[in-house]
Amino acid sequence: MDYLREYFSWLFGEIGDFLTNATTTPHKLTLMVVVILLFVLVMGGILFAVDKPKRVPRWAVTAGFVGPAILAVLFGLVYPAIQTMITSTQNRNGTEFVGIDNYITAFTNPQFQVVLRNTALWVILVPIVSTFIGLVYAVLVDRTRFERLAKTLIFLPMAISMVGASIIWRFVYEFRPAERPQIGLLNQLLVLLGLDSQQFTLNPPTNTFFLIAVMVWIQTGFAMTVLSAAIKAIPDDIVEAARLDGLSGARMFRYITVPSIRPALVVVLTTIAMGTLKVFDIVRTMTGGNYQTSVIANEFYTQSFRINEQGLGAALAVILFVLVIPLVVYNIRQMRLAEEIR
Amino acid sequence: MTTTPLPPQGVAAREPGETAPEGAGSGRRNGLQRRASIATKKLSSPWASLIAVVIALLWTTPTIGLLVTSFRPEIDIRSTGWWTIFSNPSFTTANYEQALFGGSQSLWTDLINTIVITLPAVVIPISIALLAAYGFAWIDFKGRNFLFVAIFALQIVPIQVTLIPLLTTYVDLGINGTFWSVWLSHTMFALPLAIFLLHNFMKDIPPSLVEAARVDGAGHVKIFFRVLLPLLVPAIASFAIFQFLWVWNDLLVALTFASGLPNVRPLTVRIAELVGSRGGDWFLLSAGAFVSMIVPMLVFLFLQRYFVRGLLAGSVKG
Repeated sequence: MDYLREYFSWLFGEIGDFLTNATTTPHKLTLMVVVILLFVLVMGGILFAVDKPKRVPRWAVTAGFVGPAILAVLFGLVYPAIQTMITSTQNRNGTEFVGIDNYITAFTNPQFQVVLRNTALWVILVPIVSTFIGLVYAVLVDRTRFERLAKTLIFLPMAISMVGASIIWRFVYEFRPAERPQIGLLNQLLVLLGLDSQQFTLNPPTNTFFLIAVMVWIQTGFAMTVLSAAIKAIPDDIVEAARLDGLSGARMFRYITVPSIRPALVVVLTTIAMGTLKVFDIVRTMTGGNYQTSVIANEFYTQSFRINEQGLGAALAVILFVLVIPLVVYNIRQMRLAEEIR
Repeated sequence: MTTTPLPPQGVAAREPGETAPEGAGSGRRNGLQRRASIATKKLSSPWASLIAVVIALLWTTPTIGLLVTSFRPEIDIRSTGWWTIFSNPSFTTANYEQALFGGSQSLWTDLINTIVITLPAVVIPISIALLAAYGFAWIDFKGRNFLFVAIFALQIVPIQVTLIPLLTTYVDLGINGTFWSVWLSHTMFALPLAIFLLHNFMKDIPPSLVEAARVDGAGHVKIFFRVLLPLLVPAIASFAIFQFLWVWNDLLVALTFASGLPNVRPLTVRIAELVGSRGGDWFLLSAGAFVSMIVPMLVFLFLQRYFVRGLLAGSVKG
């Protein structure tokens, strides 16, 4: 018996080690394949178990199909969200109930007011600017010979990580004193114009705008794609009738194109606003939230994981949550509306 | 459907050309007219073309600049701008060799970590979501609508809200600092959107198909595999691409659960660290950035059609 027990504890130790402690490349790759297979096997097993139409009760079949998903969202979303709300009413290490003190700090402390102001700037500017540029571009390249290529170029930034995008733009903003040769494109342009070179990401308050530009660069492709599809869905006869009435160019755009794609415009604006509200990667990679560029999502990370202000971090996360809700509700209502028109 | 630019449903059944930006559908119908309108457009609006070209240049030049830089010798990068390459060309792959295999600083391990993180984090949520979507679409049970709406509503939970409690739970379970914490997190965060999208696609499949199979005596499992799965391939592809790009490009989840762990942390975390510690070493940063960007770029370029289709069906994480 002792021998068996020892054997099993050794075996489980080995398995546990294999599953949780991958250090070499072959081990990691093997683990990856094993995990995928294991997972497919488990799911297959569940399906196999519920596949006897007569003998298995209906609730078991249902549980087999939707059970794993429900467990996962309960464990991964519902429980943590509730826990965070509780934490947000506690002090920095969760030992004491402090009511709404964390929220008061988040709204009144000057440091956080800068954060809130920046977040507002992001959420207002990014959707409007990227939607505007995306719309103009979609109209301009619509039905031209290079449409596909032209769209791919604008769209490509959506595929790369925000960390990658931030590095691309850090390089554009790279600073050298004016008398030395520039290696950043933007400063080179300034120097060509006879101006002094600038530390774009270091000087508040304008630095926030240079960070916002990165997000606009990423999101314009999204706006352009969705709006372009909407423009193509405008019935030809409407366009034709307007043209016969003598409408063209900017007036066609103003009186036919924009009203026709209004639902899409709203959805694009709110979707980008939601994404922007949670922007973290760009701020963290460009400035680390220093030089008065921080936003709520970044401040959440800093408070929670860098300076271990658990309560304050949780409060910031909850604020983020609350701010997202109206956007999502509005977005869904617009989608529903669009559905009904259909 | 003409006035609906963004229907959350019905994209699977639609020809891509009809709404996708390729624009083949409407064009083919009246090619002559289209060519005529192109001609008038070209003639009437040189300004329009100019604006389009300027936007296109603004959107591509920054990337090209870094790409060119990643192939320049280190000493050149320090002393001159990348645009001087046109008058004074000199190229090297040394930056990539240094970035990928240059000893302790190498990104190779991080690249492997990214791959090991990404593939299961795509496969697992899609499998779970497929089963759940089938359950919500084709199995009649009490509380079905409520549960479905509840899961749909969970899309609004920002992942920031979940991170601290999850970290605590992972520590308790003893899987903190392993791939499992990252896989599990990505899976759970992906589920609401995945279930919602796949459910919509599934609902678009004619019920008569499912009914016919049922009459033939097929159980749910058989219907799922034989009837639905083959029809869902495009929808699955769309979501898979999104999830792939999301996980590959993610920083926040990886930073929370895998920072400071050379054997788990993915490229994004590592490169973000390099920006902090070696922000001026552009030979390393440029090559490293492109190592991390090349795979998503290729995926995107080759599977753009599915990507656009998914986008129009609403697969954007809000």
